[in-house]
Amino acid sequence: MQRYRITHVTTYHYEAEVSVSHHLLHLQPRATARQRVQGFDVIVQPLPSSRSTRMDVFGNHAEVVTIEGAHRQMEIVMGCRVEVDPVPSTDGIETPPWQDVAKACAAEGWSDAVEAGEFRFDSPHVRRGPACAAFARHSFPVGRPWLDGVRDLCRRIHEEFEFDPRATTVSTPVEQVLSGRRGVCQDFAHVMLGCLRSLGLPARYVSGYIETVPPPGQARLVGADATHAWVSAYCPGLGWLELDPTNGLLPSDRHVTVAWGRDFSDVSPVRGVLVGSGSHVLRVSVDVEPEAAPDATAGDGRNGG
Amino acid sequence: MRRGAWPNLIRMKDVDAKPTAGHGGLAGYRSMPGVHDELLAADGSLRPAWSALMPRLAAMGPHELGRCRDGALRLLREHGVTYNVYGSDDGLSRGWLLDLVPACVTAEEWAGIERGLVQRARLMDALLADLYGKQASLREGWLPAPVVHASGAYLRACHGLVPPGGRHIYLHAVDLARRPDGTWCVLADRTQAPSGAGYALENRIIVSRVLPDEFRECGVARLAGFFGGLRDGLRAAAPRAAATPSVVVLTPGPYNETYFEHSYLARYLGFPLVEGGDLTVRDRRVYLKTLEGLRPVDVILRRVDDTFCDPLELRPDSFLGVAGLVDAARCGHVVIANALGSGVVESPALLPFLPMLAKAWLGEDLLLPGAQTWWAGTPEGLRAAVASPERMVWKRTFGGAADPVFGEEQDRVDRERFLARVKASPADHVAQERIELSTTPLWTGERWEPRPMVLRAYIAADGKGGHVVMPGGLARFSPSPDSPLVSSQRGGGAKDTWVLAEGPVEPVTLLRPGGQVVRLERAPADVPSRVADNLFWLGRYAERLEHHARLLRATFHRLGGESTPDAQAELAGLVQAWVSLGHFPDRFGKEAGEAELAEGLMALVTSAQRPGSVREILGRLRYITSGVRDRLSNDTWRIFQRLQGHGRAGSGPARIEDVPALLNTLVMDLAAFSGMELENMTRGHAWRFLEVGRRLERGMNLLDLTRAVVRTGGHGPATLVPLLEVADSVMTYRRRYFEQVHLATVLDLLMADESNPRALAFQLEALGEHLEFLPRDRWKGGEPAEERALFQVVDTLHGADLGDLGSRAEAGDAEDLDGLVGRLAAGLRAISDHLTLRYFSHAVVRTS
Repeated sequence: MQRYRITHVTTYHYEAEVSVSHHLLHLQPRATARQRVQGFDVIVQPLPSSRSTRMDVFGNHAEVVTIEGAHRQMEIVMGCRVEVDPVPSTDGIETPPWQDVAKACAAEGWSDAVEAGEFRFDSPHVRRGPACAAFARHSFPVGRPWLDGVRDLCRRIHEEFEFDPRATTVSTPVEQVLSGRRGVCQDFAHVMLGCLRSLGLPARYVSGYIETVPPPGQARLVGADATHAWVSAYCPGLGWLELDPTNGLLPSDRHVTVAWGRDFSDVSPVRGVLVGSGSHVLRVSVDVEPEAAPDATAGDGRNGG
Repeated sequence: MRRGAWPNLIRMKDVDAKPTAGHGGLAGYRSMPGVHDELLAADGSLRPAWSALMPRLAAMGPHELGRCRDGALRLLREHGVTYNVYGSDDGLSRGWLLDLVPACVTAEEWAGIERGLVQRARLMDALLADLYGKQASLREGWLPAPVVHASGAYLRACHGLVPPGGRHIYLHAVDLARRPDGTWCVLADRTQAPSGAGYALENRIIVSRVLPDEFRECGVARLAGFFGGLRDGLRAAAPRAAATPSVVVLTPGPYNETYFEHSYLARYLGFPLVEGGDLTVRDRRVYLKTLEGLRPVDVILRRVDDTFCDPLELRPDSFLGVAGLVDAARCGHVVIANALGSGVVESPALLPFLPMLAKAWLGEDLLLPGAQTWWAGTPEGLRAAVASPERMVWKRTFGGAADPVFGEEQDRVDRERFLARVKASPADHVAQERIELSTTPLWTGERWEPRPMVLRAYIAADGKGGHVVMPGGLARFSPSPDSPLVSSQRGGGAKDTWVLAEGPVEPVTLLRPGGQVVRLERAPADVPSRVADNLFWLGRYAERLEHHARLLRATFHRLGGESTPDAQAELAGLVQAWVSLGHFPDRFGKEAGEAELAEGLMALVTSAQRPGSVREILGRLRYITSGVRDRLSNDTWRIFQRLQGHGRAGSGPARIEDVPALLNTLVMDLAAFSGMELENMTRGHAWRFLEVGRRLERGMNLLDLTRAVVRTGGHGPATLVPLLEVADSVMTYRRRYFEQVHLATVLDLLMADESNPRALAFQLEALGEHLEFLPRDRWKGGEPAEERALFQVVDTLHGADLGDLGSRAEAGDAEDLDGLVGRLAAGLRAISDHLTLRYFSHAVVRTS
């Protein structure tokens, strides 16, 4: 089990005065079977004129914040403590061939049709297309067990794609990431979703944090962490299995889940609409601080993002 | 009308002056085999619904019918009835096609349809409540989950949102077709923002005016009761207990295909027509921004597609919506009619499952059957659909208004290719039996012809927990006798629909009855901030256009080099000014040849991409005037139409010699606009904002040009004469000074002279007066920053010794003068910014 103290600071600097701004936040980590959240708080400056929280359709915590009155800057500070249990090993687990999983998920009257079934379709950022299907096929030859397929796909994205924050933006289409073979965690998660869904396999987008481990001999940098994203794929009988294509591994207790949805657009941590002219500068800083001594495994330098 | 063109009808008239068989006047009208004809029964006799009307029409004869038809067309033009067609070159509006002859239905038959329609409205409401709630329909397998989950119209942000009163649909439209066996069936439902009810009303008003006797004598059921019900239903929906609930009609704006209808309905129902930018969400409530302040809004009848309604929680790239609207609806502070997300039940894939859903949710049998439909997303559906593809009309499951594909029109190759696509993504396709539509008589102006028709019927919530159905609806017919496609986007036309009552008809109207005392209103009505914003920019762009036209004219005038004694030197000075204003690169002032210069100047007239070019400013003006069309008189509108004529592609001058004439015309037309504004506009807030924009822009242009002249370093007549010319002050200057031009005296005339309508001082004085009259009681308190900024500019100007600054500049030290002019210009820009923040505020909405 791991314990973390997480701080996530989002700052907007506006070039010209903004008279009203509305923000939709997905910042509060949800409780899951192996994750507990304590002492969660979000502080917004300037003081919002209204705040409302709710549970969204996926069971995430969502909050709408409105700031009125001229402002040139706003800051959202999320702080919380989270306890995460490790994921039991998947070694030795047998899963059916992937086509059987796809068929079961498409069948009428399937018991999870409503919950998992909706993660098989196109979503605003992820369109199933021939390119996704072609890439996915290499990991899913006919008859291959579902688990082997999803692990292989995750590994290939990790190995064949290059981490490059300058290659993409929040709205780069999946096809472009697929052909350019570069991007960030959000892009890799979207690619993997597109691949799985193009085969008829349900998969959802998970947004959260990852504990970054500094290279050996260096101190941990405060605020140098980033928000992270990975995927969760569904197999009847087994349930949801998380996979992190950015790091090519199965998340365990170093990944902190905040929210899940069909893709980034459902769970974007901070989304805003403002009334005013001029451009803005956005700064995000994330700090995932372990509270207990972490295991002494060094990362390969490619963790968050 | 050519009399000789109607041999058939003339002969008929002779024979059937008194109709005997009832339809004798219809010689030449042949119903088509295998379809139900609305007019004639199989044995050729007139159907009961037409027995009152058709003998009268036949008796009128072609001449009289032609006169009525012309009358209808004239009324349509006068009322400005338009339907905007996407992708059409000739701009916004195309006339609405209306056939004089209504479609007729007996009251008895209609009563049956009405029961079916009301049941359908109840069913859709129940289904929406479930889909945005517990989703039992999906869990129980009554409706396949992908029909909802894969739909872009299923708005997850609205899940769990229970609208006040539990009602999702306030206005529901159903497209009906009649089968060859005479029974009606449903082709489609329109549940999110159905269009056409306003056109149906307009058709009724026109047809009842051109056929007044027939309308009265046939006992036609009136439409006003339906619209009264819709109005009451919307008012009753208000979640706030208010004496007069505030209802608005939300439109995407004048570029929408049915904008005419939005404004028409809003006017008829008595609700303000607003755009997304007119509304704002504060403290989770919706307000209408007016110049006087924020007014709460209780109910929004929306004509904006739901995904565009809120950039915060729905499509982030939408500029048509209101940020925070979903959240306001979520906490029950506003009712949106129809509820956001109600489009999900429009998919044709739902049709096969409605009988089951009616049993489940209403415990009733579905009264109005749908056309036989198969969703290819189930194995059985796919099998049935591809078994006889030629008999099918293929629709996209989530295609919205995309054109259907008619199986019978495909050749073998096309069909195979198409079926391969269906099999590759079956869930995206729906097959519907091709219905042989019934035909209705159309009078083409030359003869009677049968045309396939569909009927769009309307159901509204009546505010008392029930529904009210429009008696009749919008009948639409296809463009040719054998075209199965009935769509306003693709040609064809519309008819009024008469439900013929048996008893006497109660007259109802929503228009103010005659004889009622009318309250005199002289105080300015609420001016939405968007309108003020548009007028402000109308003033600014009109002024900017005039300034550029004058500056260009002065330059072109000197291009030949012979027009004035100092033309060469003055041209060089002007080119320097253009460079300094940022329109040309540096080298233009030094080494550019005449040809390159001429080309560059032409681009400033004709290039649509070039910021500040005549064409580009005209484009901005066009956009702005279309948004305030209702604030401009017809004469003013005509001036703008003329202006736009100058800017249209292809009509611009091809040769450089033609440019001065064009610029002259522009300046004259703009003067005509100023004249209209001065003499014909009421002095309300709207006029004030137009004036403020104009005065600010004139001051800024003058300062920018003066600064450019000062910076070019030449302070002699070669630069000052053109400056005076552009500022239209040459004559005044000559009369006053009789001498060589000097910078100091030019500055005095253009900056400080309050009697010169082109001088800065004049603009400042006018601004001071206008600002004083702007509404004070605003939603934002605090000091009026724009007035403080104005005082500062006035002080700066008064405090400056222009004579001294001018002399020093002439002696080579222009630094202080340059600084002064720069400060003044910055001051004016600050006023513009303050006004924007205070009054418009929504000028730019961005998402991040």
